[in-house]
Amino acid sequence: MVDQMTVKAPPEDIEITGEDQDVKERKLKPLRPKEFQPVDFLIFGLSVLSTYCITWITFKQLTLLSGALGFVVVWAVLFIFCYWLVNRQLFTKQVAIDRFIASIVSLGAFLMVLPLILLTIFVITRGWALLSPHVFTSTQQGVSILSKSQTAGVAHAIVGTLEQVGLAALIGVPAAILTAIFINEIGGRFTRVTRVVVTAMSGTPAIVAGIFIYAIWIQAFHQGYSGFAGGLALAVLLLPTVTRGTEEVLKVVHQDLREASIALAAPEWRTVWSVVLPTARSGLVTAILLGIAVSIGETAPLLMTVFGNKVMNANPFSGPQAALPLMAFQQIKLPLQSEINLGYTAALVLFILVFTIFILARLLSGGRKRGGGFSALRSRIFTASVGSPASLMNEGNADGAEEAFDNIISRETE
Amino acid sequence: MTVVENNAIKKKRSVGGAGRLDAMEPTAGEINARGVYAWFGKRLVLENVDLLMEKRKVTALIGPSGCGKSTFLRILNRMHETIPIAQLAGEVELNGVNIYDPKERAAAARRHIGMVFQRPNPFPAMTIEENVLSGLRFNKIKGIDTETVIEESLTKAGLWNEVKNRLKEPGGGLSGGQQQRLCIARGLALRPSVLLMDEPCSALDPTSTRRIEQTIQEISEDVTVVIVTHNMQQAVRVSDYCAFFLAAENEPGRIIEAGETTQIFDHPVDPRTNDYVNGRFG
Amino acid sequence: MSALGELDPQGLLVSPIDLKTTRSSSDRIFRGVSRTAGLTTLVILFLIGLFLALQSKLAFQTMGWAFFTNTGWQTTGAHPQFGVLSALYGTFIIAVIAMLVAVPVAIACALFINEFAPRQILNFFPLKNFLIAMVDLMAAVPSIIFGMWGFFVLQPKMTGLSRWLSDYFGFLPFFKVSGTPVYTSSFLIAGTLVGIMVMPIVTSLSREVFSLTPVAEREGAMSLGASRARVIRDVIFPFSKGGMVGAVMLGLGRALGEAIAVTIIISLSFAPSINITQAGGNSIAALIAFRFGSGGPVGLSGLLAAGLVLFVITLAINLIAARIVRSSANG
Repeated sequence: MVDQMTVKAPPEDIEITGEDQDVKERKLKPLRPKEFQPVDFLIFGLSVLSTYCITWITFKQLTLLSGALGFVVVWAVLFIFCYWLVNRQLFTKQVAIDRFIASIVSLGAFLMVLPLILLTIFVITRGWALLSPHVFTSTQQGVSILSKSQTAGVAHAIVGTLEQVGLAALIGVPAAILTAIFINEIGGRFTRVTRVVVTAMSGTPAIVAGIFIYAIWIQAFHQGYSGFAGGLALAVLLLPTVTRGTEEVLKVVHQDLREASIALAAPEWRTVWSVVLPTARSGLVTAILLGIAVSIGETAPLLMTVFGNKVMNANPFSGPQAALPLMAFQQIKLPLQSEINLGYTAALVLFILVFTIFILARLLSGGRKRGGGFSALRSRIFTASVGSPASLMNEGNADGAEEAFDNIISRETE
Repeated sequence: MTVVENNAIKKKRSVGGAGRLDAMEPTAGEINARGVYAWFGKRLVLENVDLLMEKRKVTALIGPSGCGKSTFLRILNRMHETIPIAQLAGEVELNGVNIYDPKERAAAARRHIGMVFQRPNPFPAMTIEENVLSGLRFNKIKGIDTETVIEESLTKAGLWNEVKNRLKEPGGGLSGGQQQRLCIARGLALRPSVLLMDEPCSALDPTSTRRIEQTIQEISEDVTVVIVTHNMQQAVRVSDYCAFFLAAENEPGRIIEAGETTQIFDHPVDPRTNDYVNGRFG
Repeated sequence: MSALGELDPQGLLVSPIDLKTTRSSSDRIFRGVSRTAGLTTLVILFLIGLFLALQSKLAFQTMGWAFFTNTGWQTTGAHPQFGVLSALYGTFIIAVIAMLVAVPVAIACALFINEFAPRQILNFFPLKNFLIAMVDLMAAVPSIIFGMWGFFVLQPKMTGLSRWLSDYFGFLPFFKVSGTPVYTSSFLIAGTLVGIMVMPIVTSLSREVFSLTPVAEREGAMSLGASRARVIRDVIFPFSKGGMVGAVMLGLGRALGEAIAVTIIISLSFAPSINITQAGGNSIAALIAFRFGSGGPVGLSGLLAAGLVLFVITLAINLIAARIVRSSANG
């Protein structure tokens, strides 16, 4: 028999008031287990320091080796070794290996970012001092070796680049989008071949595109150098990029939307024009910008199509034109520092242009989980798998259409 | 054994010339399916389906998953053929006109027989207004008072009060239930004879479901509704007639029993129907 | 279709309807235009090959098969003697050096970004996204700018390294120098520069491939106590093998075709030597850039023939890369 137990009433003096609760809540802090404890930072720091000293001694005092590059290399190697050793002694082998891999991998990332930073510094510092308003408005007209004035500018190159890239986009973008629509929305017997061909074409070296246009347009058709020829060469480079990009972007548009449009009795072109394309709009813009960014920076195909010019030629259809990358290339080979400086200027203007397009692309397609921008699109193009909901209204041959409609079918026939 | 070639297989379609569907006036319609068979590739998935879906009534297609209800629904508005390997045989008559007659365009059928899908799919690149009007735009229907149409369709779909002040907002910014009602409004704007609904509430929460069931009952005064549903209580609440589909293992789907909802649920004739409506299998 | 049929309840054969989709005229125009656009791409590629082949006929007529074995480039005069061998050799050497430089760094960087980088440093700086953006930007920088940087910054720094390599490792054939060595304008420097240019592409593609590893597998390994390095070695790498190879091949294709950067660095020489630290080198793309406009009709034809060779090589590499990625994605 159980004794009767008295249940103690809660002590009267404890009152849980609102205020108390707040205090309680404020004291709770979310925690995340941290990998790097303070002692790890210490180990890291000491390793860095000690290996620096050893390297310094080896270099300066014992002078076994020399050179800044050598110093850094030896220091890095020593550090990694020392770091591994220390971790092995203090902790387990697992930790040591893990940290070793981590340090190597971090080194890799550093080596990747370093050239970019150096390069940016290079372009900006060499070109910045030379930038002034008149650089954008004057050309190389009338500037000779003897003239001492700083009157040369890059206006003719800017105009040339804009016209050539503009023409390339005008020719290439509509064709690319239509091709992508053909591959993705319409389908048919040639889809597979076309897709393979576009993939193959996207690896064409720029210089090959250049001599191709040279061989056809300038030689066979006897047209002579012009901005238009350059535009054609750039279009050959731009077409596959924009096509593949658009294709990937169209694939992402949910099949449901196409179905809804069909159920509303829309004709095929309507579905594409009013539903698919607008839904894919931001991706389309990214694809187009990617194509433009690729075209703007190419020098090789311009060597043999626009040929370069020292004076302004605003007519892209006749006569050689200048272009920013081409001008930079030509100027730096010249002997005078002033001429080389002009090359730096052209390069800086080009860099700013490319950077702007880059930022634009990021902004317009950003917010996705992969960060948007060019590399996301390029990667998606790269890893595109074969099976995809290709076309809705084809006559039966789009690659992978069967897999795509498995959802609908398996719902009904399992 | 004679070969019965349904619907004149060999007759090539004549280019041009309107079929009878093109000229049909928008009015509530009755759909009659006769001898419908469906294949995916070589696999038969529907066998000899006969069903009359009456004017201004709600007909529910019920049955366990995978027995061809959705396939049958998609045959009713010629969406089945959009899948490359799909084939079918039989006749589907809308107010007496066979929509599979070679002279009739698929688009004409879809204009009179609308569809609402399982997952709400408003067009994200359009505003709410534009979504409602999209069907009219696609079919190049001009000369109508757009404001009236928008208000009417949204009211019939039970969405007007909630969105009347934000018609210019993008169509994707609504809740799931609202999106589905927008899709209903979009379909209604075309003044179809029939509205097909493929499990319209399965992706929604109970409150939205209830709201849409209400909408279905309201619109059935103007439009014939055919709805596929897994939810038997929903079928009871919403429908006037029911058709019970069943597919045995490795067999195509068939209609086991069809009739008034009250009869199917209270006094089912076939034992399999009895088992299903009493929840003995899903 | 006509073979398909079922028996209906009356025992009669039921056959499917022959559905011929009819289209309105606007749809037919739409389809026609798209189809034309698609076929145009095919036509253009075909034309590239065709024209290059046609225009290089002269070169092959002059040299015959010796085009592939001759190393000089004498295209004028009574007895032209030229061949693509030294350019081909140079293209290959530069590509190899570039890959040796680029691949380890690129893969390491990809691993770092995906697996090791903390999402934020000091609670506000978004490190991971910053790095991804950096790599992205690097891939967009025009090759002329890389070339200029390579010429004015990288080359002076690397001559010291070249000298060191030749002094201490001169017993290896690549580093063995002869005569009074000049350490600029060498294969090593050009190859390194091209490698740096190719790094970001390989990085971003590899990163993408790594991130496709199914989370389930990764978590499975982690739940068994695998460290990060282990997970990388035993889960990520096996899964990503095909993709990595594809990424590397795409970088390789890019390295083979690079013209401007090589042209700026290298000093053109037609004597193929095993040594990579000394001045002098060649590559098909650079050859075309250097010699374009000179050499008369035979010279031009020779350059076009060389371009055709390069085109075929890069085409093959890209197709193989696509095939590898696709088969590994499906496998």
